[in-house]
Amino acid sequence: MESRNARIGLILFAVYLALYGGFVYLSAFQAEAMESTPLAGLNLAVLYGFGLIIAALVLALVYGWLCRETGSEGSSQEGDQ
Amino acid sequence: MIYEASLVAVVIFFVFVGITLGISFYMGRKAQSSEGYFAAHGQIPWFVNGVAFAGDYLSAASFLGICGMIAFYGYDGFLYSIGFLAGWIVALFVVAEPMKRLGKFTFADALNAKFQSPGIKIAAGISTLAVSVFYLIPQMVGAGVLVQPLLGYDHWVGVVIVGAVVILIVVTAGMVSTTWVQFLKGSLLVFFSAILTVMILNRGFEVKEGGKDGYQFRTFGPFAAEQVVDWDNPTSLGPAIVQQPALAGGEWQLEETGKLKLPKFLLSNDVFWFLDVQADDEVYLRECQTAETRDGKTFVNGQELGSKASEDADPAQLHPIGYVSRLPGGQEKTGPLGPLGFFKTLQDSEVVLWKKTSSSQHPGVDIYVPTPTPGSQVLRPGEHPKFAGIRKPELLGKLNFLSLMLALFCGTASLPHILIRYYTVKDAAAARKSTIVGIASIGFFYVLTLYMGLGAMTSGAMDVTTSNMAAPLLARSISPFLFAAISAIAFTTVLGTVSGLILASAGAVTHDLLSNVMKVELTSAEQVRVAKIASVVVGAIAIVLGILFKGLNVGYLVGWAFSVAASANLPALVMLLFWKGTTKEGIIAAIIVGMVSSLGWILLSADTFKDVYGLPAEDALVPFSQPGIVTIPLGFLTLVVVSLLTKQKAATGV
Repeated sequence: MESRNARIGLILFAVYLALYGGFVYLSAFQAEAMESTPLAGLNLAVLYGFGLIIAALVLALVYGWLCRETGSEGSSQEGDQ
Repeated sequence: MIYEASLVAVVIFFVFVGITLGISFYMGRKAQSSEGYFAAHGQIPWFVNGVAFAGDYLSAASFLGICGMIAFYGYDGFLYSIGFLAGWIVALFVVAEPMKRLGKFTFADALNAKFQSPGIKIAAGISTLAVSVFYLIPQMVGAGVLVQPLLGYDHWVGVVIVGAVVILIVVTAGMVSTTWVQFLKGSLLVFFSAILTVMILNRGFEVKEGGKDGYQFRTFGPFAAEQVVDWDNPTSLGPAIVQQPALAGGEWQLEETGKLKLPKFLLSNDVFWFLDVQADDEVYLRECQTAETRDGKTFVNGQELGSKASEDADPAQLHPIGYVSRLPGGQEKTGPLGPLGFFKTLQDSEVVLWKKTSSSQHPGVDIYVPTPTPGSQVLRPGEHPKFAGIRKPELLGKLNFLSLMLALFCGTASLPHILIRYYTVKDAAAARKSTIVGIASIGFFYVLTLYMGLGAMTSGAMDVTTSNMAAPLLARSISPFLFAAISAIAFTTVLGTVSGLILASAGAVTHDLLSNVMKVELTSAEQVRVAKIASVVVGAIAIVLGILFKGLNVGYLVGWAFSVAASANLPALVMLLFWKGTTKEGIIAAIIVGMVSSLGWILLSADTFKDVYGLPAEDALVPFSQPGIVTIPLGFLTLVVVSLLTKQKAATGV
């Protein structure tokens, strides 16, 4: 069960890494793209930045939910659910 | 008036610090054993621990540094918010649960769980100390910065106060009380930041020509270039200038700009005027502010600080800054704005940012030049001089940026004072849950930083000489009570983070270094005593460094601490968890190489040359300032190579 949690963790990590990598790549190599205003008059820099913060929270909740589903408690003696 | 001590602020401040210390003494009575002192008996509830993560993590750097950087340069400060939060993803998905399963007290315990090697403990102990001390510097600098406007003391007094109070907290209490302090402070920080953000949105934007003190900065122009200066004989004033009473009688300061020797500043009646040449050859003259130290006295805008030009004049000081110079559609005032309308409006506005510069003819004078900047530039990355590289074709500037973003991403999961918090809950599931609570609180706060920073940028209350004060000054521009509360929270923020760091260092000294290097067997009570002595020593070192590094933006300093942490600790941690071929020699080598290379890189970088040693930036020995992109892979490489070599040796040796 520990390895299942670890696998879920790594998959979600890869998802976030791709999102973060995209942000850093755009900032460094396509700086002018960050100035475009694709939605509601907000520029891409603000949208993407807020998106990354929201994505972190969503992925964290997904991870917590998936790990809870397995009932895995690591080294827990009493359980905490 | 930028700084004047306020009685309400002082009272609220001391109430906060008093409550913090009270909790610390009260909770600390229960924690006399070693498990209690270092790991709170593993019995902190996961929700409390999660908010305490936020309390530990949202240090002076997040609050003062990020808000300040956004207030002075716009979006670039927010890059730190994004990177700091992203690091938590590494912590949660990769490190949290294995760390909890492997360790007991310290990061070194976890690394050493498989090998039982004194060498690993010593290397990890040293790197914990190095990272903690590096991370302590910005906290102490932040403390000094806070005390100045609040109580009217010098920077060093603030540093000493924080140092002394923290040493008292740590010596009397340990992990139980620091956790509760962090919980309290983390909740208050997020709560008051949310209130501040609501008030910023409610205030909206207003067009101004100066800051809160009502002083309006003057601008002359646009003039045709030939009206301003005789370009064949640039020392002569042009006809347009001679006619202005405020400018007549001045002299041009000739600067090497490009091929020609052309004027950059006009000095007239102690006022510097910046010659702002637009692309269409129109010229504006903009009134600057200056600060300099002569014979131990500070002079601002040509007058001695605090002196009066005439009987009924106000004492001389720098005028507060931070204002919108144009709103979309020629509006004068927007009224309340929504959370998205705030950015949309700013995007189409123009803000006056102030840039620090100098004149070769007036060495030692800091000249602050007003620079009207379109909102669309304020809201994009790359305006800060340290990030400007991403807007240039050269690869080195981009590498510097990539390097920082990598270090922020990898750094969180390698910070010793964050890692020890995994040992204060009872099991891996609780570690996971508290990390999720931590991510939620921290993420919410980081969203607020962009509002607070931009709110500060347009508050009319900024001190042109220091970006670190932006958040408290913003609060004061809204209400004195809020200012007192925010300053007190920021100060407890520093207290909390510093106690966490000192505790991590003390743990490293006691568990990792003393018992392995000196081979001393300590009883539980002796360990606590040694840890307390270590806390006092580390605290004293932090005080000295906090005074030395006064001039740097605290957010920037924290970026470096992240680089050192990520380079020294992350390769060992990750490879131990995911690569079976890792050997103890590999771990030791990776920690040492990562730590030494990243520290060395920082000490030899252009930023350190310029801001710490006072040497020319061009003399720096490394090509860019942020080490991460070189030293983190170097740590991984070292680990793999040394592990492969020592593995072979072990196999053939048997």
